[in-house]
Amino acid sequence: MTLGLAHYLSVAAILFTLGVLGIFLNRKNVIVILMSVELILLAVNLNLVAFSHFLGDLVGQVFALFVLTVAAAEAAIGLAILVAFFRNRGSIAVEDINVMKG
Amino acid sequence: MIQALFFYLFAAVTIASAVMVISSRNPVHSVLFLILAFVNAAGLFMLAGAEFLALLLIVVYVGAVAVLFLFVVMMLDVDFVELRQGFMQYLPIGVLIGLIFLAELLMVAGAWVFAPEATATASAPIPDPAVVSNTAALGQLLYTRYIYFFQVAGLVLLVAMIGAITLTLRHRASVRRQNISAQVARTRATAIEVKHVEPGRGL
Repeated sequence: MTLGLAHYLSVAAILFTLGVLGIFLNRKNVIVILMSVELILLAVNLNLVAFSHFLGDLVGQVFALFVLTVAAAEAAIGLAILVAFFRNRGSIAVEDINVMKG
Repeated sequence: MIQALFFYLFAAVTIASAVMVISSRNPVHSVLFLILAFVNAAGLFMLAGAEFLALLLIVVYVGAVAVLFLFVVMMLDVDFVELRQGFMQYLPIGVLIGLIFLAELLMVAGAWVFAPEATATASAPIPDPAVVSNTAALGQLLYTRYIYFFQVAGLVLLVAMIGAITLTLRHRASVRRQNISAQVARTRATAIEVKHVEPGRGL
C-alpha cells in the first residue's frame, strides 16, 4: 500500500489530541503543560509538511520553519517565566498562580 | 514498501512516546520521551521529503528546547508527586473529550480529497530533488519571497532571548562583581596603607 496524505494527517491528529489530553490530565504541572504545547505544535508542523509534500508546494515547509521559530521562542520565554515565578513563590503549581486574580 | 514500513515505525514510536510524555510520573522521563518523539517526528519529516526541516527539528528541539526543559526540570526543587494529584480525577473526562476530538479530526482527515487542479496551482512548486536539493530550494524561497518574514522570525528570537535573560538574570548582594570604574579609579593612596611596625611588637 502507498502512503497517502491521510496517513500523515492521522498521525498528526493523534499527536494533537495527545497534546490536548496532556493539558487536561496534568492540570497542576506547568512543565508538562508546556511540553504538551510543544507536542501540539509538532502535530501542526507535521500537517504542514505533509500538505507541502502531497501538494508539491514548498510554502508549507517555509511556514513550518516559522512555526518552529515561534515554538522555540515560546518555550524559552515560558520556561524563563516559570523560573522567575518559582524564585518568587517557591511553587509552580497552577492553582498557586493566582496573584493577579482580582 | 520499505517507506511504508518506516512510516509505521516512526509513527508508532512518535505516538507511544507522546503518550509517555503526558502520562509519565517523573518529568525528567517526560522530557526524555519528548526528545524521542521529536527524533521520530524528524524521521516522518524525512519521509515526507522535508530533509532540512527534519534536521532542523533535531538541532533546534533535541539540541536546544529539550535540553532547556531538562535544565528547568532539574533546577526547580519541586515535589512532582504532589503535582500529579488529580490525574486520575481528570482522566475520564479528559479521555472522553480526547476521543471526541480525535474522532472529529480523523473524520476530517479521512474525508479529505484534493481538488484536481490544486496541485497545478502551487505557488512555489517543489523542484526536482535530483537537481535542486531541499535545502537549496528552501533557501531560494526563504531569502527572496519570504525575506521579511525571515527577518521578523529573527526579531522574534531576539526578543525571546532578551526576554529570557531579563526575566532570569538577578544580581545577588553576596556575590562580588567587577566594578570597572571603581577599580580603574584606584590610586596608590587609596590602595596602599603604610604601617609603621615597631620592632618586637607586631601589629
